[in-house]
Amino acid sequence: MSSNNGPKRDFIDPHDLAEPFESNNGIVNWMESRLPIISLVYNAGFSFPSPRNLNYFWTFGMILSFMLVFQLATGIVLVMHYTPHVDMAFASVEHIMRDVNYGWLLRYAHANGASFFFIAVYIHMIRGLYYGSYKAPREVLWIIGVAIYLAMMATGFMGYVLPWGQMSLWGVTVITNLFSALPLIGEPLVTLLWGGFSVDNPTLNRFFSLHYLLPFVIAGLVALHIWALHVPGNNNPLGIDVKGKQDTLSFWPYYQIKDMFALVLFLIVFMGFVFYAPNMLGHPDNYIEANPMQTPPHIVPEWYYLPFYAILRSVPDILFIPAKLGGVIAMFGAIAIWALMPWLDTSRVRSSRFRPVWRWFVFIFLADMLVLGWLGAQVPNDVLVLIGQLCTIYYFAFFLIIMPVMGLIEKPKPLPTSIADEVLGGAAAPDGAAAAQEKRG
Amino acid sequence: MIKTCRNLIIAAGMAFAGMTGMAVAAGDAPAAPKQEWSFDGPFGTFDRAALQRGFQVYSEVCAACHGMQYLHYRNLGEAGGPEFTEAQVKAIAAANDVADIDDEGEAIDRPGLPKDKFVSPFANQRAAAAAHGVAPPDLSLMAKARVGGPDYIFALLTGYEDGPEDFDGANYNKYFPGHNIAMAQPLFDDQVEYQDGTAATQEQMARDVSHFLMWAAEPKLEARRSLGIRVMLYLLVLAGLMYFVKRKVWADAH
Repeated sequence: MSSNNGPKRDFIDPHDLAEPFESNNGIVNWMESRLPIISLVYNAGFSFPSPRNLNYFWTFGMILSFMLVFQLATGIVLVMHYTPHVDMAFASVEHIMRDVNYGWLLRYAHANGASFFFIAVYIHMIRGLYYGSYKAPREVLWIIGVAIYLAMMATGFMGYVLPWGQMSLWGVTVITNLFSALPLIGEPLVTLLWGGFSVDNPTLNRFFSLHYLLPFVIAGLVALHIWALHVPGNNNPLGIDVKGKQDTLSFWPYYQIKDMFALVLFLIVFMGFVFYAPNMLGHPDNYIEANPMQTPPHIVPEWYYLPFYAILRSVPDILFIPAKLGGVIAMFGAIAIWALMPWLDTSRVRSSRFRPVWRWFVFIFLADMLVLGWLGAQVPNDVLVLIGQLCTIYYFAFFLIIMPVMGLIEKPKPLPTSIADEVLGGAAAPDGAAAAQEKRG
Repeated sequence: MIKTCRNLIIAAGMAFAGMTGMAVAAGDAPAAPKQEWSFDGPFGTFDRAALQRGFQVYSEVCAACHGMQYLHYRNLGEAGGPEFTEAQVKAIAAANDVADIDDEGEAIDRPGLPKDKFVSPFANQRAAAAAHGVAPPDLSLMAKARVGGPDYIFALLTGYEDGPEDFDGANYNKYFPGHNIAMAQPLFDDQVEYQDGTAATQEQMARDVSHFLMWAAEPKLEARRSLGIRVMLYLLVLAGLMYFVKRKVWADAH
């Protein structure tokens, strides 16, 4: 972990601030000299010096790791009882709900788990946006995060297809049809996605396969994400660099305990939905078995896609680009643009706390996303289409105009000199804290 | 084949573009008024007597046209449901003829057993559609498959009206999307004779069968809520303990 023989960096390697791993145990040292995995876990998960001012928005990384494992565990057991065939999928889900021991709990936990995974990832992303966690030196960390989000979108989408209800079938029909808007490769690509000329058994089978595969891809990306996190260490609410040991607390016990407390609070809300409103985030039509001969009157995707669905529907014909193609470009562009944020944002101040004008644009952006999300679930009329278009314009203007321009014209507030000064009120770290930390090493 | 696909693509394309009025047709029925149910709220449970009466309405009226393919007769005796006695469940099952094969592989009809699925009124979907024009939908999940759930079912069953003069559909129902419903009014006063002596008004039967259909759609509702209480209490206590652990650990850090 040490950067002694690595490339030059203009920031402190947080691991240099921790005491090196040492053990008197012969077995541990025997293992360490062959595969230093115990020190790896210790350095990454226990001694890891983290800024001492991280607030509760920083607990969502741990919550997301938990949700990934939770979804994998419940999903793997559900697969033991599920049948991926158009004639049997819906019935096998009902079999899980009615005849498998605690099958209802597994399925409701997994279905609502997807929603809460997305709630957590949206809070995690908004935290990164507000506190400037995407800026140097964390660009790669951020881009891996965008890739994880995209993989989550694909996984959630394919998972929604598996119960083979009406919304499963018609949602997948609408979304896969989007690809047909692409010139030249569009139609063959849709045929490939479907495994035929309509959404049918081959589609269900390949989506089932990919729904099982992608979470492991996400797990791999998460490993990269955590690795990239450990190079510069955590950003923090002040957005200034860690300058020394006095600015940090060891991950164990401070942040592990704080994360666990936050996780329990998160679980209270999550389990509240699982046990008391398990179908609130779903759609009643998905309790009707898929019927290719009958289109539901109003096709809506899962709530976590709704802002992007609203953007898709907002784009009219522009010059030679038909509305459908324009909508697809806008929808995917709306996500891809997140990856460019480290370079679109010209401000070197990370935390929005010190950017008095910019932070209001961030709040408006969040409101804009909420309005888009609401619009995505509505049956469009002239007024709603117009609102959707205005919101879409703001969405892109936020990234392409406000983000670069604000960095050039805004006068940020003065930054604090150090994290320790700010948190501990100008005094150096009290002896107790420093001593306690050294004891824990 | 290719042409159908192209049409399907175009239709779906229009649906997602959302600029058409495709979705408006369903929106003109009023929302079903909220009813009071014993299973309302986080601690609500089913009313056994209502479930038993509701099953009677289903089997004597609805079952003439509607199947319930995800239910087995044994479910009627399980905890959290109508909780018929074992003997009652066996008698209910035995009153139905179930298609099976005998030891020689010959097709036979035998009396139903608790392990059997509810016998469907039709051999298959096509037979159901041929008899009724539109296949009557399966009722197993009806209470979760419509906005409003049991409120909607109750509203629909009691929502038959004469309709406006220019109405030329099959049957007019105030709460059915588009108002034109293929199903004729199914419930009339005293259509069944309740074994527990309850007066079988149209409203009472509609209420009981809606209650029954909610259980049929969500048979683990009571198990879910009672486990939920324990899980929530556990998490609340754990959260309280974690709060103090966190404060203690962080006491020397500020």
